[in-house]
Amino acid sequence: MASQQQDTGSTGAYLIRGASVLGGAAEDLLIRDGLIAARGEDLEADGATVIDGRGLIALPGMVDIHTHLREPGREDAETVETGTRAAALGGYTAVHAMANSTPVADTAGVVEQVLSLGRAAGWVDVRPVGAVTVGLAGEQLAELGAMADSRARVRVFSDDGVCVSDPVLMRRALEYVKAFDGVVAQHAQEPRLTAGAQMNEGVVSAVLGLTGWPAVAEESIIARDVLLAQHVGSRLHVCHVSTAGSVEIVRWAKSRGINVTAEVTPHHLWLTDELVRSYDPVYKVNPPLRTDADVQALRAALADGTIDVVGTDHAPHPSEHKECEWAQAAMGMTGLETALSVVQHTMIDTGLMDWAGFARVTSTTPAAIGRLADQGRPLEPGEPANVILVDPAARWTVDPSKMATMGRNSPFAGRELPGKVVATFFKGHPTVLNGELNTPYRWLPETADSEETAAAGRP
Amino acid sequence: MKHLLATEDLGYADAIRILDTAEEMAAVGDREVKKLPALRGRTVVNLFFEDSTRTRISFEAAAKRLSADVINFAAKGSSVSKGESLKDTAQTLAAMGADAVVIRHWASGAPHRLATTDWIDAAVINAGDGTHEHPTQALLDAFTMRRHWSKLAGTPSAGADLQGMRVAIAGDVLHSRVARSNVWLLRTLGAKVTLVAPPTLLPVGVEQWPCTISYDLDETLARGVDAIMMLRVQGERMNASFFPSTREYSRRWGFDDNRLRSLERLGLKDTIIMHPGPMNRGLEISSAAADSPRSTVLAQVRNGVSIRMAALYLLLSGDTREPATNSTKESH
Repeated sequence: MASQQQDTGSTGAYLIRGASVLGGAAEDLLIRDGLIAARGEDLEADGATVIDGRGLIALPGMVDIHTHLREPGREDAETVETGTRAAALGGYTAVHAMANSTPVADTAGVVEQVLSLGRAAGWVDVRPVGAVTVGLAGEQLAELGAMADSRARVRVFSDDGVCVSDPVLMRRALEYVKAFDGVVAQHAQEPRLTAGAQMNEGVVSAVLGLTGWPAVAEESIIARDVLLAQHVGSRLHVCHVSTAGSVEIVRWAKSRGINVTAEVTPHHLWLTDELVRSYDPVYKVNPPLRTDADVQALRAALADGTIDVVGTDHAPHPSEHKECEWAQAAMGMTGLETALSVVQHTMIDTGLMDWAGFARVTSTTPAAIGRLADQGRPLEPGEPANVILVDPAARWTVDPSKMATMGRNSPFAGRELPGKVVATFFKGHPTVLNGELNTPYRWLPETADSEETAAAGRP
Repeated sequence: MKHLLATEDLGYADAIRILDTAEEMAAVGDREVKKLPALRGRTVVNLFFEDSTRTRISFEAAAKRLSADVINFAAKGSSVSKGESLKDTAQTLAAMGADAVVIRHWASGAPHRLATTDWIDAAVINAGDGTHEHPTQALLDAFTMRRHWSKLAGTPSAGADLQGMRVAIAGDVLHSRVARSNVWLLRTLGAKVTLVAPPTLLPVGVEQWPCTISYDLDETLARGVDAIMMLRVQGERMNASFFPSTREYSRRWGFDDNRLRSLERLGLKDTIIMHPGPMNRGLEISSAAADSPRSTVLAQVRNGVSIRMAALYLLLSGDTREPATNSTKESH
């Protein structure tokens, strides 16, 4: 059946010769019928297309726990098609599509629509995130169970962009998702402390006269939420942790055995609020860029496991939302096509983390948080062939106009970055080859009976 | 100097040059024909996204005394959703051939956007942006202080700075672009600045500024000041819990009659009282203080025209003398 899913007439078999698996010794990987068929030395090609993997690193396909695909509703910013092309090019085989679309993904109908759009595109697994509250309004729980039971089988719920600030509502959400092994992904931002906030509150905001977004507004919500998660025995995920103080709270919570996971974005691992001195809104993001001390704490926390995953918070915006005054500009940065390189630059080239650690924070753990059975798996025979090949020695200069995403709002524009995705295999199919988009994976037509099979992508 | 956006990165030589040029311009204001032909045929646009009659007419008078053509563009209530974007406005002005844009904007950094994007090629003068900077206000304040300081020393103003002068700035520093611009410029000119405010009206991070912080106006006066500048306080700050009531504010941080009398008692006979206007009489400054011989409020207004003439002249006259310290951003 897998071969029927291919639209190229190829055998669907690929032999990767001599790639360094997770940065270890060079080995061959044989991909056939959507699976890793064999791993070892001097494997027989047996009709498979041979890919020279020398100098390349083989990693599990990356899983983004935090992506904004904008569709439905803001197709002028991004579509599922363009966003997932960007994801494939960036080395992703799965993305979690955040719920702040228009309409909000707060019903089974919307999450199923996003799922279908993702499958029609075929570049990566699109896993819809369900809203916690109706319309992200923070007043009434959305139909979490209906979304969990839908074809989209939602497990991650988030009002991202807005904090579930009402403590009672947050408690109820944490309790309720236990019924279907869900997780609440919190955008930690105390709203009253951040009214009109434009940038990190500190030395730079004082000079620039921009309203401050104090670290305490993030840290106080995280502190409250980990205590709530402990109290009701539920699972909490903290989106885009941005401060050194937040790291300390998460570390404390984990030491107490609280079931909390935390995420950091690539941009918070590198950029600081000093960049805001330019008043260029490409650096406007929520949570805001912080100080160098925060950056160093976040890197250390990602290395030691206090922060579990890298999430891009890929947030494309039309250019008119950035070509304006700082205060008028939209918050957000693109990230799917630069994440690997930025993490390599900030974590691997600095010696803080190895490629096995990279696989943990970009694939294994985010897949586990999202309960994606087929993603973030070991590169072993019998496992689904979600695999990427990375050239760690490559260097490239970021040019947003050449990206697959519709968003041109990359804060890394003009910077030279290390590391390039050479190939992405999604369910054994090369969505990216030679660093360029190849063809999408073709899902079988959906029927009630084939649902499980199609979802698993196996013959 | 291509633009005048901030005093934070305005070097000493440029600052002195603007002040000295303003002295020359002030002489024009004393003549029967208050007009120079320097900017004949040049177009200056006053682009005001925020109401400010005083600043606008000051720039208008300055440009007209230099014979420039002046266009006033009031873009009130502009926002992306409601009206034309800043980019479109700027490109429109560029297409009309504006040589200089004097911009007042409620958003901090808007003048920087005009100056650093390719939307418009004109010289940009910041006439106050959000809670960021108001460089011509600081320059006219420094001009006023320099005349006073030089007069006390019995030396000419031209070429002088403010070395050793003690300046207190009291009030809503958090929301004040005037305070920010003054702190940087007075630092550059050698004055010693003390900011006096309730802790709620000082920005987090103020401890890094090149000045002293005080919560106590009386103590600051008792230590001796040569100029006290009162900042305008908006009554609505009270509703956001920055202070309990306007009466309490006035008692603790207002320059009232008691504090006016205390200057005599403290032997501060030459201390001047400044205010950027418009004043809330009875709130941050009493009428007796505002109208006393110490008050420089009207001199500041008068000097404002000279400073703005100097800024327009230096940016537009084709004066190609290389500024000595234009690019050296001093650390602080």
